[in-house]
Amino acid sequence: MSSSMLFNVTMIAYMVSTCIFFAFLASRSKAVGLAGTYAALFGFLVQTAAIGLRWKESYDQGHGHAPLSNLFESVVFFSWTIILIYLIIDFKYKYRAVGFFVVPFALFGMAWAQLGLESGIEPLVPALQSNWLMYHVITCFLGYAAFAVACGISIMYLLRDKLEQGGGNATAGGVLSMFPSIKILDDLNYKAIMIGFPLLTLGIVTGAAWANYAWGTYWSWDPKETWSLIVWFVYAAFLHARITRGWVGRRAAILSVVGFAATIFCYLGVNLFLSGLHSYGK
Amino acid sequence: MTTNKRGVAHKLWDFFCSLKLTIFLLIGLALTSIIGTIIQQGPQREYLATLSETKIRLYSALGFFDMYHSWWFILLLYLLTLNLICCSIKRLPRVWKIVSEPVLVMDEGFEKSLTNVKELKLAGSKAELKEKLASFLKAEFAQAVVTEKGSEYHLFAQKNRLCRLGVYVVHFSIIIIFIGALLGSFFGYKAYVNIPEGGSVSQVQSRSGRAIDLGFAVRCEKFSVAFYDTGAPKEFRSVLTVTENGQPVKGYQNIPIIVNDPLTYKGITFYQSSYGQSDEGALYHLSVRDRKGGAPIKLDVRQGERAKLPGGALITVTEATQNVRPFMREFDGPGAQVEFTPAGGQPQPFVILSEKYQAFNAQHGGDLVITFDGMDQKFYTGLQVAKDPGVLVVWLGCFLMVVGICMAFFMSHQRVWARISDAGVTLGGSASKNPTGFEMSFEELVQKLKKQ
Ligand code: HEM
Repeated sequence: MSSSMLFNVTMIAYMVSTCIFFAFLASRSKAVGLAGTYAALFGFLVQTAAIGLRWKESYDQGHGHAPLSNLFESVVFFSWTIILIYLIIDFKYKYRAVGFFVVPFALFGMAWAQLGLESGIEPLVPALQSNWLMYHVITCFLGYAAFAVACGISIMYLLRDKLEQGGGNATAGGVLSMFPSIKILDDLNYKAIMIGFPLLTLGIVTGAAWANYAWGTYWSWDPKETWSLIVWFVYAAFLHARITRGWVGRRAAILSVVGFAATIFCYLGVNLFLSGLHSYGK
Repeated sequence: MTTNKRGVAHKLWDFFCSLKLTIFLLIGLALTSIIGTIIQQGPQREYLATLSETKIRLYSALGFFDMYHSWWFILLLYLLTLNLICCSIKRLPRVWKIVSEPVLVMDEGFEKSLTNVKELKLAGSKAELKEKLASFLKAEFAQAVVTEKGSEYHLFAQKNRLCRLGVYVVHFSIIIIFIGALLGSFFGYKAYVNIPEGGSVSQVQSRSGRAIDLGFAVRCEKFSVAFYDTGAPKEFRSVLTVTENGQPVKGYQNIPIIVNDPLTYKGITFYQSSYGQSDEGALYHLSVRDRKGGAPIKLDVRQGERAKLPGGALITVTEATQNVRPFMREFDGPGAQVEFTPAGGQPQPFVILSEKYQAFNAQHGGDLVITFDGMDQKFYTGLQVAKDPGVLVVWLGCFLMVVGICMAFFMSHQRVWARISDAGVTLGGSASKNPTGFEMSFEELVQKLKKQ
């Protein structure tokens, strides 16, 4: 068995989970919703095993390192963290419908990684040979994942808000009846960002600590650093706007979606469109 | 006049205390920061060549080529700091009062200011209810303080009061980080230096081109580079020794440094950053044989040295490489550019290669066939040198920021009041964070109390 096979199983599990969540919204059966969560959990466990196996495979090749070093590995890890944060929120609050808006992010990541990215295990170049790599990547990606979950929730918010404004009665049936109420969605959005913001802060701090340790400058305005700061500013603005000016609801949801767009640009756009120190998969 | 003046000062103060300004500054910083990621900072000539004349003039006028140090970007950062300080001065005393002097009694006026209020009809006398509520709050929420006022009992309980200060810890930490950054920029420097193997330096060159005395010397004993089978670099390693007054410093001899593992001495840190071939002192190995046969003679020649060959000819190696493939596509292995002067003749430049290409080597050299056997090449190591006395302050700020954020986010100052009067029981509640979440837990608390 290879990690690559397990990644395929993972991808299929997330696809199945997404389909089940869709069926859940249509059927409104609690049992179906639970099945969706379990499918995601199954995929998560397989993916955990696969990441572990890939780690071991790198040792078998004689240059062991944590599987966090190239674009393929980071996309896989990103989808793993999305499911992790999602499962935490799901088990805590049990709003199953959220799965339909979050699991697809992870599915998309896995599909892209498996079908479109170079998946070879490569030895680490000198710049990446540091434990800081692990601390930095793990905290950043957990933060990004929380923002992904917040974004999914915000999309639900905006949909529901729009349909309710359009005169549709939420309780009168339709897919909407399985959505949590507007108030709860707003709250969940804030909670997800509350998980993400400290993690992103830690991610930036560990990145700075690493940069200082490796080349003596904790901040050099490299495009990736700058974009992470931009993301940080956007969510800081979200937090201030929210507590102090009552920007709850629709505007908060929009800011959360904008924040996630900036996050994705920070993660991928910088590598694809701008140049700098953090270039994966050249 | 004076009132007018005070009016202006007042307005200015309000302006700097306003959260609208905060949001404007945060979004403004986010948007302007994008510019510097799109326009190359400290631009290279090739990049400038792609821009039109007008653009270059416009960008330099606006400071876009060194945007993060431009006056207006720095101004935004100072405004942010000022905004932060003013906001704190304005709000901290009030918050401190909430923390240190809680409102123990919920009167009618105060009740109106609360969003969570519930009137309950509960069985029992006021004294019984007081006991019941006190133990209920203790079990379900927090220890309550009981105040008797007229014919009413008032209970007050609170959780996590100190987390109110979390936000101020975060804001304070930002100021600390700025202080650390300023310390670094005033009292520290970033520099670089190249040291050939066996060489020693006591001065480094700052990024602005200034020479800086280290106050000690650093010698590069050895530099090596290793590659993976794939050809990707695996390790760059310099072995350094610190010397003072010509003597090696104890504990700082033959210290290997690699990328991600620097050497620090007296607050100055040396980072492995680049390397290259040092021309100084390379030793070239040649063999010379007579065309007519006979045993080859081995010859070691230093860089730039004129060596005598049998028969009176002279040879100088001008340039050499371990692998000629990049320059001569059909060949590989070591190769050297030499200047050969036959006895009494004119200098002739040509290339010699390894043993493998003897036919090639035989094209020149008169009576002799000269072969290049390789070289003992010397490297120089390129080191980044940094001194930053502010860095610990920055880390302190970062630490406080993370702690403060956790205080501010994961803890909410929750307060519950109960008034027991002849009219019944009134519960009131408020939370510093997450009103929606508190509303739900307040409702839960009320339901539990009803069931009792
Ligand atoms: C111009 C700069 C800033 C000003 C004037 C400012 C002001 C404020 C104020 C007045 C509050 C509310 C305090 C309260 O509830 O009593 C607050 C909350 C907060 N601020 Fe700032 N702030 C600034 C910048 C920042 C930055 C750059 C960060 C980045 C981490 C930050 C992080 C926070 C956090 C985490 C909270 C708590 C938010 C929450 O509880 O949801 N602030 N800020």
